[in-house]
Amino acid sequence: MSVRVQDAGDERAIAPDRAPRAVGRALARTARRNRLAVATAIGLVAVLFLAALAPWLPLFDPDLVDTVKRLQPPLTPGHLLGTDEFGRDLLARLVWGARVSLLAGVVTALAAMVIGVTLGVLGGFYTGWIETVVMRLTDILMAFPYVLLAIALVAGLGPGLRNAMIAIAIVGFPFYTRLVRSVVLSLREREFVEAARALGAGDAVILGRHVLPHLVSPIVVAFSLDVGAKILVTAGLSFLGLGTQPPTADWGSMLATGRQFVILSPHVALLPGLAIFVIVLALNVVGDALRDVLDPRTRAG
Amino acid sequence: MRRYLARRLLLLVPVLAGVSIVIFMVLHLSPGDPVEIMLGSQATQEDRARLRADLGLDQPLPVQYARWVGHVARGDLGRSLWMKRPVLAEVLGRFQATLILTGTALLLSTTAGIALGVASASRPHSLLDRTSTVASLFGASMPSFWLGIVLMVLFALRLGWLPASGMYAPYDGGDLRDLLAHLVLPAVTLAAASVTIIARLTRAAMLETLGQDYIRTARAKGVVERLVVLRHGLTNALIPIVTVVGVQAGYLLGGAVLTETVFAWPGVGTLMVQGILARDFPLVQGCVLVVALSFVLVNLAVDLLYAWLDPRIRYE
Repeated sequence: MSVRVQDAGDERAIAPDRAPRAVGRALARTARRNRLAVATAIGLVAVLFLAALAPWLPLFDPDLVDTVKRLQPPLTPGHLLGTDEFGRDLLARLVWGARVSLLAGVVTALAAMVIGVTLGVLGGFYTGWIETVVMRLTDILMAFPYVLLAIALVAGLGPGLRNAMIAIAIVGFPFYTRLVRSVVLSLREREFVEAARALGAGDAVILGRHVLPHLVSPIVVAFSLDVGAKILVTAGLSFLGLGTQPPTADWGSMLATGRQFVILSPHVALLPGLAIFVIVLALNVVGDALRDVLDPRTRAG
Repeated sequence: MRRYLARRLLLLVPVLAGVSIVIFMVLHLSPGDPVEIMLGSQATQEDRARLRADLGLDQPLPVQYARWVGHVARGDLGRSLWMKRPVLAEVLGRFQATLILTGTALLLSTTAGIALGVASASRPHSLLDRTSTVASLFGASMPSFWLGIVLMVLFALRLGWLPASGMYAPYDGGDLRDLLAHLVLPAVTLAAASVTIIARLTRAAMLETLGQDYIRTARAKGVVERLVVLRHGLTNALIPIVTVVGVQAGYLLGGAVLTETVFAWPGVGTLMVQGILARDFPLVQGCVLVVALSFVLVNLAVDLLYAWLDPRIRYE
């Protein structure tokens, strides 16, 4: 049995069946107006390709130690960005570190999103004990300062990249739960949901056809801004020695070891930090532009 | 107001229970066996069983939790495995340094953030407004620990204007001037991201308030623009601003761990990281507990501030 109810009367909501074209038009408009965001997105994709293709690029082995050439400054012949305290090529380590940092950011944000959205939909759609459990859980997790809870969880699980990522995903999901639940709560009371229910649609149909399509835009916007935040937190934990363990390097741990040589060779610490900064900045520029396209409340005009 | 206060205090009970359960569980989630860590691998089965019974580790989890809460309520956070000293004294000693750092950073970010936000909102699309928009994007993208190192390289190592790390100079230090000199770089580092967030939110809240009818009325009456913006505008935009300042207080308490590590600031953060690397669980637990409790208190203060700012909230 198929139930289809016209979702009219609210200009803010993009009806699911019209969504692709409306979004396409908005994307085209924003692309014209916001060349910076488009250029940034292209740059981000290029960086992703570079990181993915690292094994096939003409780079040094990132773990190749050459103590004779330790702490070379940038623009040294053969080592474009110089070398670190073991004479390892910094450019190669940055590109290989990008794989770890970017993957960690995307995977933790994705995990937080999946857990958070699931709980948010359940907590918003079903009243009673499910709602109570979900909301108390998020309340308790949000009663901790964000970074502190992540650190405490790593303390329990033990240092290491995998455990750091688990901790960050756990700390991050209440953010999605709150967001999704508030949208679902307001949808639950809307006429088209009541109409669908009156026509005999079950929970699965109502959730799948009438609720989830409305969640796509806010989730995409939140996710695109969250990846950058997750890269920052992962790098922070690695910086504290709680994330990736040597000899594997991500940008955070490279920064941490480079710190010891900051007086004579500041580039060893400053370059990985600059990489984090530029990538997160790019993600935020693209995320902001996406929000302008997808979130009607902030759309100008 | 008294009834509101009583209700708000009552609401603390489930939050405290939840926070304490999470902290307790984190310790018990850990794969390492504390008996193994304390006795080493050479101990006999009997020794281990005896120590386990002595520590109460053979009891069911709820019993262990109740005992732990009882100890905590009496101010007994156990002994550090690594320093062999009571955890509470150690943590409280370090907490003072963390409070000085986060308090200064919060003061900095709140005053600078509100001033910037009000200035941007009273002249939208001006040079200042556009500059602060770009700056806030930068602030949200910059790893604080990297900013700290940049500032340290620049102002301490290259220019030599400020001390690079620590809280007091090792010799001839210890007075207030020495403390303030050491405080500048870490406080600015910690506050940087918060300033931009508070400024953005203040701008948005102010723009919304300044669009209200009573603002137009005030202008029509001939009220001086300064008073319109500050008394009629800012006063009524304060609620969302207080909210974001409260959230930022939590962010600063957590972020202090990174800043303290960069500048070797002797606070709870550096102590906690050392404790984690040394697998000293009672110490880590104590650090997390003290910081989490202070965040709960900050949230309480924010809620009370709401009720004071907006009498309607008390009667809801």
